[in-house]
Amino acid sequence: MSAGPESRAWPAEGLARVPYWIYQDEDVYRREQERIYRGDAWNFLGLEAELPEKGDFKTTFVGEMPVVVTRDEKGALNCFENRCAHRGALLCLKDRGNVKEIACVYHNWTYDLRGNLTAVAFRRGVQGKGGMPADAEPESQAPQKFRVEIFCGLIFATLSDKTPPVERYVGPEVAVRIRRVMKEPVKILGGYTQVLQSNWKLYFENVKDTYHASLLHLFFSTFRLNRLEQKGGVVVGGEGGSHASFTMMKSDQSGDEYEKAGMRSASGGYALQAPQMLESVDEIGDGVTLQILTVFPGFVLQQIMNCLAVRQVLPKGVGRTELVWTVFGYESDDEKMAELRLKQSNLVGPAGYISLEDGAATGFVQRGAAGASERSSFVEMGGRTVESNESRVTETSVRGLWQQYRRHMSL
Amino acid sequence: MDAELQLAVENLLARYVHAIDDDRLEDWPGFFVEKGRYRITTAENYERGLPLSIIYADSRAMLRDRVSALRHANIYEAQRYRHTVSSTLIERIDAHSARATSNFQVVRIMHTGDSMLFAGGRYLDRIRLDGNDPRFEEKLVVLDSRSVDTLLAIPL
Repeated sequence: MSAGPESRAWPAEGLARVPYWIYQDEDVYRREQERIYRGDAWNFLGLEAELPEKGDFKTTFVGEMPVVVTRDEKGALNCFENRCAHRGALLCLKDRGNVKEIACVYHNWTYDLRGNLTAVAFRRGVQGKGGMPADAEPESQAPQKFRVEIFCGLIFATLSDKTPPVERYVGPEVAVRIRRVMKEPVKILGGYTQVLQSNWKLYFENVKDTYHASLLHLFFSTFRLNRLEQKGGVVVGGEGGSHASFTMMKSDQSGDEYEKAGMRSASGGYALQAPQMLESVDEIGDGVTLQILTVFPGFVLQQIMNCLAVRQVLPKGVGRTELVWTVFGYESDDEKMAELRLKQSNLVGPAGYISLEDGAATGFVQRGAAGASERSSFVEMGGRTVESNESRVTETSVRGLWQQYRRHMSL
Repeated sequence: MDAELQLAVENLLARYVHAIDDDRLEDWPGFFVEKGRYRITTAENYERGLPLSIIYADSRAMLRDRVSALRHANIYEAQRYRHTVSSTLIERIDAHSARATSNFQVVRIMHTGDSMLFAGGRYLDRIRLDGNDPRFEEKLVVLDSRSVDTLLAIPL
């Protein structure tokens, strides 16, 4: 048996150490469900564009809790637990669809699109026989309803009425960086799920860890595509668990820059034969070619050149995580831009040139630290505190994650 | 049924999967015509008409880049595949091309000894029939599941 969180003490060094039991203990995992996912955090559920019509629904998860997200007959978005008040069966079995009401298949109890129980089959019995007592209150076991907020077309939900509005939760500097990507109506290009053999926090740290990017992911350096002088930075927002890191390539990049680079590197090493894939367009107009942004506990927004995506991080047990990717463009995209986004999608996902390694790296930590629950990882790159930084050779946003996490978990 | 065509296509599919399973990835682009298209997507994207791919190439050059990245840039644990392809249905389009639909399954064998059913689905192929040397004009790999375990490095 592993020790409970009460008997576990965070290392005295504070945010500069992360104890390995945090990725391993069942008790920690259970407490996260209660304190974080079902507590006062904003859970990302998807893009508003996934549910364009009245009656559209999708099923997803808040932590381990199954939920239904609907657009009701008034056009508002709702989220409620995917659990029937009667015996606890799943209400919606499909991933997505369009309905007028929701009926549990088990005993046909029905619900409206806001999750209200509207009818109980044979409530008054049949021909005066059977049925429920007159004072029965099956509504007392109704599925839990979430508070939903749409921020820039992103759907967030929380069970707490104390969670501050999304914009305040992520902080102004992160909010402005959500806005720059979600600047206009989006068009969904597709999705897939990547199963990670690691604790969810190892993936969330990985996304926040700007230090590893050029060391683990060798695609750009191998093909000598990152010789351009790059500027960037990291901003940490809210209670520390939200962040944005960004890279600016020098603006003298003309359309054939990568092609020339590919030809130049042909003489000295490896070269891409079809580098046109990397001819990106500065469509937002601020010179930022790469931005990775997170919102605690499970949201990632990505702009890698012209490849835009959201990732939903779902815990599936202590050592297993699902990463739900949705790649999108803008409704205003012409054919050429749509094609460029699809080509650049080769950079991301389970087969992504610059993200393939992340699927494995978090598993290496889960496996590597299997016998070291009392030891800690060492997180002092860029100091021991949490602050925004112009250098990306820092672990400041990783420490920010633990700052917010420990507050939720009272650890 | 056109037995000669059936044999030619099944032979192409067999040579294709053996090249991948034998780690002869450098031979992989050669199974395509110069402007051949290769895509891996999920049944969900395919059925919803969504264009996103897990891998997308529209030329042999892009396939060669994929191999080059796998050999020299990308980092992943040692692993092999074992493909099984079956139930190939073939429809002739004209004298020079045919469509083929096959089922496939891939077992992934990790260096640790762990084997798992890694992927299953359909190959939807359009094949250029040039004499004794048929090649893929388009190979669309439709995964039955929307989930991929850890990473997909080696092509399917």
